[in-house]
Amino acid sequence: MSLHGRGPVPDENLVQLLRPDGTRTDGSGYTEWLGDIDGAALRGLYEDMVVVRRIDQEATALQRQGELALWPPLLGQEAAQIGSGRALRQDDFVFSSYRENGVAYCRGVGYADLLRVWRGNAPSGWDPYAVNMATPQVIIGAQTLHATGYAMATKFDGADAVAVAYFGDGATSQGDANEAMVFAASFQAPVVFFCQNNQWAISEPVRLQAQRDIADRAPGFGIPSVRVDGNDVLASLAVTRQALDRARGGGGPSFIEAVTYRMGPHTTADDPSRYRDPNELEDWKSRDPIDRLARLLKAEGLLDEEFASQAKDTADRAAAELREACVTMPEPGELDVFDNVYATPHTVLAEQKEEYRRYLASLAAAPGGTA
Amino acid sequence: MNTMTFGRAINSGLRRALEHDSRVVLIGEDIGTLGGVFRITDELQKDFGGHRVIDAPLAESAILGTAVGMAYRGYRPVCEIQFDGFIYPAFNQIVSQVAKLHYRTQGRVKMPLTIRVPFGGGIGAAEHHSESPEAYFLHTSGLRVVSASNPQDAFLMIQQAIACDDPVLFFEPKRRYHSKGEVDEDAGLDSYPMEQARVEIAGDDATLVTYGALVQVAREAAMAARDDGISLEVIDLRSLSPIDFATVEASVRKTGRLVVAHEASRTGGLGAELAASITQRCFYYLEHAPERIAGFDIPYPPAKMEHHHLPDLDRILDGVDRVMGRPNSLSGQEGN
Repeated sequence: MSLHGRGPVPDENLVQLLRPDGTRTDGSGYTEWLGDIDGAALRGLYEDMVVVRRIDQEATALQRQGELALWPPLLGQEAAQIGSGRALRQDDFVFSSYRENGVAYCRGVGYADLLRVWRGNAPSGWDPYAVNMATPQVIIGAQTLHATGYAMATKFDGADAVAVAYFGDGATSQGDANEAMVFAASFQAPVVFFCQNNQWAISEPVRLQAQRDIADRAPGFGIPSVRVDGNDVLASLAVTRQALDRARGGGGPSFIEAVTYRMGPHTTADDPSRYRDPNELEDWKSRDPIDRLARLLKAEGLLDEEFASQAKDTADRAAAELREACVTMPEPGELDVFDNVYATPHTVLAEQKEEYRRYLASLAAAPGGTA
Repeated sequence: MNTMTFGRAINSGLRRALEHDSRVVLIGEDIGTLGGVFRITDELQKDFGGHRVIDAPLAESAILGTAVGMAYRGYRPVCEIQFDGFIYPAFNQIVSQVAKLHYRTQGRVKMPLTIRVPFGGGIGAAEHHSESPEAYFLHTSGLRVVSASNPQDAFLMIQQAIACDDPVLFFEPKRRYHSKGEVDEDAGLDSYPMEQARVEIAGDDATLVTYGALVQVAREAAMAARDDGISLEVIDLRSLSPIDFATVEASVRKTGRLVVAHEASRTGGLGAELAASITQRCFYYLEHAPERIAGFDIPYPPAKMEHHHLPDLDRILDGVDRVMGRPNSLSGQEGN
């Protein structure tokens, strides 16, 4: 007898616009959201995914080479992140976890800013207000509440911007994620909950978090939900556009479960071979999000050699820029640790900073010191 | 000057803040129609609307977490935690988010939250309704922690806390909610700094430091000690983080003796920090080791037992006797 339940039963109840073989479905009623997605737009989505996968690979390599302390790979989740990320408007605001580097790319986060925190040079990477995306949240699920509060405030302002919370299947077990749905529903906040169910929370399979489809929970809170093929960039784009549109029109929160797969480790510190059946990875590789769009592009005559090599060059150039930004990043100063703990002067901390400054000066002045 | 209760003074301060800044919003449980279980937000929702004074679903983590999101968008939320013992579900959001976001974002995102917490015992309440959790927050960098002891300070300090760009834990001594005092409602926000302690009663023989509900007890202790020939200097700390060491230091250099009193448990409490820091700063001026008169290291006891736990006039005076080297409970000698 198993201690745990069976977990969600795989079903066909997925919004899918693109089959793994690259053929289009009838659209499940979602094609109206993709009216502007012409050949150039398809190529753009393809290039985005190729670039973020290449960036992800390069960052993983930088960690292996000792240039980064840690990196959380997104390998396999490119379609969910690019599809949803490209649906957003500039004035929407993203609250994500640490794995949404593809979304950050869509928001315009610079390469040095993407890596700063993982290199250990700063407590976070970028100015949230410059790209309308909060810096990565490490406490699982905490950001779902921030997105909800931001959305409530957007409503106070009478604005039609939307807050988007990104989180994983593991986060759905957290109280914060459930409380966020209560608040979002009660205040009809313009927030989209975008859950990437990548099947694994470090070593814990999704069946440990959920006995029903994760998307099934939201209606119990009074929030409409949809389960989408997260390896289908077109479906991810369409359902996110629909949810954003609902929020902008005063229709309140939505919940999206993007069913995808974390092909890599949880982070570079993790070893999935200890808990994962290698056959499972092979199975998901056949549903690879980039290969799938490539098949469609080929079938529609959009992936000629010239475009393919252009996309590859763009990705390689991005990787080179990322590497350069990483290794040339200025080192933090020795008293920087005291900066920005408070927004206004703090007597006790000022004393501690001065104490440490004198200590460092005494070391420098000592025989054999650096002075 | 108007005479009003401590609770009314906070209400008046909140009203001022709501009038002064349209980005100020209040959020908490039962704070709207009911006006809060202690009526501190009485009438505010009626006068400012449901979007400025928000009745929240019963989830403390979400009250804090959504306030963080509002602050991201430029609001200055004032969160009410209904009772001290209900703050723990929000602990994660306070410690990991509210306290650290300014640091994490390198100063780009400000967290000007005020977290109002009715705290302390002495009202014969049920479990979880009489606690003093301030030490957890003193130990958390990024937070400021204050406690008012009288209506004038309550009126002023709640407005200062809301105006402050840092998150402030605002501990309200609930057993003083009905205490009356004079309040100058024309006092400006700069009339007395929030971070500064105040010498309540000047004296020469020993320094008695406390905050919140015990300030009144300390004043009574000073009067009783005076009858006994001891001149106590009473300091209302007001700001618990940062601590105004300069004021306490100046006093202890004069008196050579320190007694710290608080309702919170002794181990790892504010008294420990004060005793250590003041010993370090005033070692050659001390005539006696600092004394801590505090709650015991026990869960807050049931109503009929709470008087054993709460420092009262006699326990404070016993502590004064210890630092004065007079007969006291620890020396095994009975007092006169």
